Amino acid sequence: MDAQTVIAKRIAQELRDGMLVNLGIGIPTLVANYVPRGIHVFFQSENGLIGTGAVPEPGMAHKDLTDAGGRPVTALPGACTFDSAMSFGLIRGGHLDMTVLGGLQVDAHGRLANWMIPGKMVPGMGGAMDLVTGAKRVVVAMQHTAKGNPKIVNQCSLPLTSLRPIDLLVTELAVIGFPDGRATLLETAPGVTVEDVLKNTAAELVAPKRVAQMSLGA
Amino acid sequence: MQTIALSEAVAMIPDEASLMVGGFMAVGTPEPLVDELVRQAKRRLTLIANDTAMPGAGIGKLISAGLVARVIASHIGLNPETQKGMLSREIEVELVPQGTLIERIRAGGFGLGGVLTPTGVGTLAAEGKTTVDVDGRTFLVEKPIRADFALVHARAADYLGNLTYALTARNFNPVIAMAAEKVIVCAESIVPVGVIPPDQVVTPAPVVDYLIVQ
Repeated sequence: MDAQTVIAKRIAQELRDGMLVNLGIGIPTLVANYVPRGIHVFFQSENGLIGTGAVPEPGMAHKDLTDAGGRPVTALPGACTFDSAMSFGLIRGGHLDMTVLGGLQVDAHGRLANWMIPGKMVPGMGGAMDLVTGAKRVVVAMQHTAKGNPKIVNQCSLPLTSLRPIDLLVTELAVIGFPDGRATLLETAPGVTVEDVLKNTAAELVAPKRVAQMSLGA
Repeated sequence: MQTIALSEAVAMIPDEASLMVGGFMAVGTPEPLVDELVRQAKRRLTLIANDTAMPGAGIGKLISAGLVARVIASHIGLNPETQKGMLSREIEVELVPQGTLIERIRAGGFGLGGVLTPTGVGTLAAEGKTTVDVDGRTFLVEKPIRADFALVHARAADYLGNLTYALTARNFNPVIAMAAEKVIVCAESIVPVGVIPPDQVVTPAPVVDYLIVQ
């Protein structure tokens, strides 16, 4: 199983029946493929849609029904559409149960940097700052390292997305939480040891004596 | 509301005008108005929109044609030409969190002196901005935005100018329709009064200044 699939499958285990959830682009989008059987989740696209469905069959796309990347999607029964003020009212106003975003760096207190690399990549924050500030639960999906360099660091060198710490970080190696504001190892992926995780993490990481194995669902 | 030909509507827009344009990655953008702006080569425009789409689509066409001096947007990541213009300082770009951008426009259209938002506190987005504490929570003071013209895309307009929008093509459109000195609408269909039921009207006719005839 590749890194992205491990991350997406683990995050899907965080979904609960009836949740309103926003998925960012990249790995987060894959989470929708692994919704546990028997639960119904409302997926929001921040361009103004709740009830985002799969990519339409070839030739069946509607030009006015897209996701936040402008790609055609379908709408599930019970879907609704709205303007951008409503969309961000849902996000900022505490109505969004969970957001899943990609990350460039996460610090030892759970603060996320994911929107720019000064001088190199300045795409704009889009909805990321509102999502991290406003969602009830913030889950970050990212690879543990980039080209061998740790992305979980004591202090982010990149500009922060929000001062609000994230709630859960899922990588292909581990699940990390931030109780009392300290990065804490909660689970390791199948076949991964605590030492493997520590070796690839630059932040101070609390490692309890017993660390559970990551569940990837059915 | 006045009906107007496309070329005449765009002829009203001077060089250096500020334009709010509906659309999210070119979905819900009034493309005929954008194409006509390119044809008439309006220069040094200020664009206020969610994003600058991609080269050759939506308002990305204005960037490609070199007609834009300033952009206020939340995301330019899918338009390398805007990023290039920003880095070479040919285009002044102000990046605003998406939820803050739409609220600043809403404030501009709703007669408010701005909005207080927790988004961006303690980040680069807070630079140069005032903060206010309300009941122990810190907020940024974000000022209202208005424009000379709002270029709105609607699914349908009736003969009076009442508007409805389609699916995710709604996005910024009904909000910008409140926040500009002149509101110009491109509708996919123009229908008799009553075809849009009163409770399906999203933008009321009195805020529309011009409806492009087809």
